[in-house]
Amino acid sequence: MTRLRISLSTSIGIGLVAVVATLALFADTIAPYNPFALAGPPLDAPSSAHWMGTDALGRDLFSGIVHGARTSLLVSVGAAVPAAVIGLLVGLVAGFTGGLTDGLLMRITEFLQIIPRFFLAIVVLAIFGDGYRNLVIVLAISSWPVIGRAIRAQVLSLRELPYVEAARLLGARRSRIIRREVLPAVWPTVIVMTGLLMADVILIEASLSFLGLGDADRSSWGRLASDAQQYLRTAWWLAFFPGVAIVVAVVGVNLIVDGGSGGRPRGRWRRSHIDSAVPSSGGASSSRVVEHS
Amino acid sequence: MLFGVVIIGFALVHLAPGDPVLALAGENGDEAYYAEMRERFGLDRPLVVQLWEYLSQLVQGDLGSSSIRKKPVTDVIFSRLPNTLLLAGTALALSTLFGLLAGVWAAARPGGIRDRLISVAVLLLYAIPVFWLGQLAVLWLGLRLGWFPVQGRTDARSDATGLTHHLDVAHHLALPALVLASQQIAVVARLTRANVIEELDAPHIDAARSRGLTERRILFRHALPGALLPVITVVGNRVGHLVSGAVVIEIVFGWPGIGRLLVTSTTDRDVPVLLGLFLLIGFAVLIANLLTDLSYQLLDPRIRVGGPR
Repeated sequence: MTRLRISLSTSIGIGLVAVVATLALFADTIAPYNPFALAGPPLDAPSSAHWMGTDALGRDLFSGIVHGARTSLLVSVGAAVPAAVIGLLVGLVAGFTGGLTDGLLMRITEFLQIIPRFFLAIVVLAIFGDGYRNLVIVLAISSWPVIGRAIRAQVLSLRELPYVEAARLLGARRSRIIRREVLPAVWPTVIVMTGLLMADVILIEASLSFLGLGDADRSSWGRLASDAQQYLRTAWWLAFFPGVAIVVAVVGVNLIVDGGSGGRPRGRWRRSHIDSAVPSSGGASSSRVVEHS
Repeated sequence: MLFGVVIIGFALVHLAPGDPVLALAGENGDEAYYAEMRERFGLDRPLVVQLWEYLSQLVQGDLGSSSIRKKPVTDVIFSRLPNTLLLAGTALALSTLFGLLAGVWAAARPGGIRDRLISVAVLLLYAIPVFWLGQLAVLWLGLRLGWFPVQGRTDARSDATGLTHHLDVAHHLALPALVLASQQIAVVARLTRANVIEELDAPHIDAARSRGLTERRILFRHALPGALLPVITVVGNRVGHLVSGAVVIEIVFGWPGIGRLLVTSTTDRDVPVLLGLFLLIGFAVLIANLLTDLSYQLLDPRIRVGGPR
């Protein structure tokens, strides 16, 4: 990194993510109560003792939110990092070998991309049990193709560039070309796409727990919001704060990704080229933009 | 591709932990009874044979029967589907219309105040989980201001027919449809804006300007058509999104569509219904992608299926 110019929106993003990460890491110290224990009167409005109020069973909402940050972070990192690693490997292999291997790998990605990710997750969790391990596995497996295709496309165009050709002419081995010439060039793509994926996964996890598909032994923002559903008339805070937490986490990640996706000529809108390559969560096909190379 | 979706569904059911016979016959039967059950449901035959039978059933439009409701899965699903289609279709129309308008509006002066406003709104709408937007709408527009009903598809006490009935449904539909449309509006607006701005640099826009056309006419009649194709692509590719959003929204608003069915089937572990819904939605997404590809031809005469001749 030679250039480290951090814009205002990026630093806001870093701040928001730092808050969530701190809550997640030190949940046990920060949370004033056990999120599952009776801590006060039921449906108590926000006050100094329970500054996000309590739920119908008298549990402290703030403690639930703090522990929910841990769940969100674990699931999003747990699904996005393996997806990025697989995507990077497949992209490199497909881009460099070409031919039959490439064709086969690309058919696999097309196949996985056509399956609606959200519903696949619902079916898998319903059949195999709704523990977070299953959720992480199904999201990682259904998410790597987007990254794989983007990396492959980039590798294909990089291979033709003079400096990579020069390295090849100098007799560098393929492993060295990948390590020294290609990896540094695709790294930003990997980071940006992993970030977008993390934001997606936070939202998907929240929606699934909202539908009742989440680990019952862990706090989750989505489940807090779903518990709030029957008390909308009486206890607005139960629905309000979990949503705020989700928005803070997702906006934070998005702002960092926006800043990381590099020098855009005009405003933050120029992300559109990534946008069309990455349907922001699990769209069926990202092939069109990637395909042409 | 469709075949692939079916295979995945079939594989999931057969990889599932637990012996289906135990689930069907209870845990206390003896071996002979289990064997009889296996034979009756064809579970003793090789997997390939089972797959073949499953496929031939599917081709005939038979998705099996619900293990809880004791009714054919197709009946169960199709009794709910129209409501989901109504919700998702309305949201699709609203989001495309408002998304295009907002996008063009922002593109008219890049960096201007409207443009910034819309870009902040887009960032937020991307990050807000659809159920939360729904809950906020219920809290504020529904309960606080009392403008909209917050539960169900019709007023429970009314048995009106004809126009009154339709108006009642529309009133109940408005809020969930708007909420569902909101994220899609953000996506469409962002993309439209980027494409219109690009299009505004094209020579034919200069030509239009030099003929003295009004700015509005230039934006909508000359720049927008050229910017439309990528927008259509994204709208078509986001059908899966729209349906998953619809499922969640239905829970918030008590809308009687497939979302509610999906949730009850998950708690009941009603695997045939779950699988049926999965196949149906997979199929819908495939069709949407196909229609998107075909629509290119209509919109852009330069593109022909099968390449240029």
